Amino acid sequence: MKTIDIFQIILFIILLIGLTPLLGSYMNKVFTGNKHFMLKIFGWLERLTYKFIKVNPDEETNWKKYAVNLLIFNLIGIVFLFLLQTFQSYLPLNPQHLADITWHSAFNTAVSFVTNTNWQGYAGETTMSYFIQLIGLTVQNFVSAVTGIAVILAVIRGISRKTTDKIGNFWTDLTRSTLYVLLPLSILFSVVLVGQGVVQNFKSYETVQTLQGTQQVLPMGPAASQIAIKQIGTNGGGFFNANSAHPYENPTPFSNFLQIFAIFLIPSALTYTYGKMLGSVRQGWTIFTVMFILFITGLGISLYAEYSANPVFGHIPMMEGKEARFGVSGSVLFSVVTTDASCGAVNAMHDSFTPLAGMVCMINMMLGEIIFGGVGAGLYGMVIFIILTVFIAGLMVGRTPEYMGKKIGAFEVQMAILANLVTSFAILIFTAWAAVSSYGLSSLNNAGPHGFSEILYAFTSAAGNNGSAFAGLNANTLFYNLSLGFVMLIGRFGVIIPVLAIAGSLAKKNITPLSSGTFRTDNWLFICLLIGVILIVGGLTYFPALSFGPVIEHLLMNSGIIF
Amino acid sequence: MKTLIISLKTFLFFTILTGILYPLCITGIAQLIFPEKANGSLIIKNNKIIGSKLIGQEFDSLIYFSARPSVISYNPLPSGASNYGLTSVKLKELFDSRKKQFIKINQIDSLTVIPSEMLFASGSGLDPHISQKTVLLQVNRIVKARNFNENQKQKLLQCIEQLTEKPQYLCFGEERLNVLLLNLKIDEIK
Repeated sequence: MKTIDIFQIILFIILLIGLTPLLGSYMNKVFTGNKHFMLKIFGWLERLTYKFIKVNPDEETNWKKYAVNLLIFNLIGIVFLFLLQTFQSYLPLNPQHLADITWHSAFNTAVSFVTNTNWQGYAGETTMSYFIQLIGLTVQNFVSAVTGIAVILAVIRGISRKTTDKIGNFWTDLTRSTLYVLLPLSILFSVVLVGQGVVQNFKSYETVQTLQGTQQVLPMGPAASQIAIKQIGTNGGGFFNANSAHPYENPTPFSNFLQIFAIFLIPSALTYTYGKMLGSVRQGWTIFTVMFILFITGLGISLYAEYSANPVFGHIPMMEGKEARFGVSGSVLFSVVTTDASCGAVNAMHDSFTPLAGMVCMINMMLGEIIFGGVGAGLYGMVIFIILTVFIAGLMVGRTPEYMGKKIGAFEVQMAILANLVTSFAILIFTAWAAVSSYGLSSLNNAGPHGFSEILYAFTSAAGNNGSAFAGLNANTLFYNLSLGFVMLIGRFGVIIPVLAIAGSLAKKNITPLSSGTFRTDNWLFICLLIGVILIVGGLTYFPALSFGPVIEHLLMNSGIIF
Repeated sequence: MKTLIISLKTFLFFTILTGILYPLCITGIAQLIFPEKANGSLIIKNNKIIGSKLIGQEFDSLIYFSARPSVISYNPLPSGASNYGLTSVKLKELFDSRKKQFIKINQIDSLTVIPSEMLFASGSGLDPHISQKTVLLQVNRIVKARNFNENQKQKLLQCIEQLTEKPQYLCFGEERLNVLLLNLKIDEIK
């Protein structure tokens, strides 16, 4: 590693810690309905929204109604996006005359974008018209992200309120997070991206005569506006097939740095908002610290693996699937961040990473996408682990577990376990199914343990709503489109519904005042316990599966055995 | 039923806002402030578009500097990579044959360490850059293939110096050279 690589990582960390309280306290003002500067700019739009949809923004609902609103809104998204794709050839803004998309691929993509997974079973530039990229995909980039924010807001209200069944108004949360958080950030970021060279136009593809006299067709399109929200909303679905490795999607090292940073920006700031809204900034920083330690650990292992010599290729940088302008460090940092947060954009092909760096990506996702995690989703995933931790700590000292003055009862623990189990179940069962079926195996691009890793990665990514891939796997088949789509639904709503149930149940409870006997959840002891629970509950579940894939591959590679 | 109507209306509202108005507004701003970049950073020579500053091209002719290996032969529809794992025999074979080929065409010592971006294919298949070291290893071949005299060779080396991009803003990314821009430049050396 060179000094400049280390400098880039340190700059990243400084910016992350510096901007977290800034954006965090701004979001606190937005979500609690206080005055903030964006009201002057977009306040009229918010009022217009409520007028148009005929909703009273102050009228709150219980958790069940909140969940129903969320589910119906998302279901409409899936149906609409599915129909758009299957009728693509009849729709406008299709200068390349791209054909209708097969029903199973359309199902997969629709589910994928609505669940904030943004798995790409298709190649953007040869599959999707500008119309679908905008009206279908860009829209879901926004609303799937704010769905995540809405859920964490409900959870925060559940924790902070007492003896009520109201946990908020889904429509208000949706509107405010879009207008005051995602939209302004995306506008700013897309203009910066165009300044670095990302394309933004409606032209048809440009055919050029190359220097050597052959023809090259350059894809065009309104890419910057989608790429900005793809990073900021931890979505990850690229405008082009190569995602952020494509020079038109991520043209310079600086755009690369900004894209990496944009992934962590909101999830990290939300930890501060969380603390602020709960009346204890320390609680927010506690969660931030846990996420940060897990992030740095993964990054360290990944960098070590990528810079180590291996007997197959010798002591040179492993540049397969990586771009020269980013180098190894710029690619590894991106890969760790994108799998920590459930973004899933990639600037290098994870399939061609060293086995250990590939394994770090998988573990990041297997832990439940809680290392900063998806926008909103990372934090509510973390709340699940917090509940499990105070429960386990309570068992150890023989006292009723409490969190922020709320007694954690059997129901909360059951829901937390349920949310945890459904994703593990989806990953392991479907991986096993694909690994023993001919239609599962025929999609593989690599032999040996790496082939198994491709399958494991795919279902892990789907269940974690990440969307990155060991992209050698040909996932655009009937089996993978349907099974991955199904797993994405489980990974999203199988977690959201139990989490909202927890929020509803906590809201009804009274708050016990802090006493000397209260088990504190904002100190180093708790940080260590929480990390322990995350690694044991989240990590050990997958250890056997990982040992068949990346672990054995690493050992074999180091003895020079290839397949 | 009421929920369904509210959902539909909200969905419609945000579709118009984030799917139509937002991208149109960005397109407007982009075309106004950065028209050249928003339209693909195209290179125009003699009124003809010959490529983009950002997208690499394939060079197999001996008179041009070679670009990175590309799985899609620099045909961008669609972009992509090999996705071979490091324990793949196919990757190892490609690696060895690229090494052999590079040594052969450039007539360099077989023990020379070749920068790894030249032996591994890129992620997009469209990577426009290689390192300065990789360029310098090819200089003698270009000079020979183009029958350059000493004066022209010096000009060539100057071009390489000029076109070498330092890490952006001094702290981001790698030092690199755009192969297409370099090859355009050497065509102009008289």
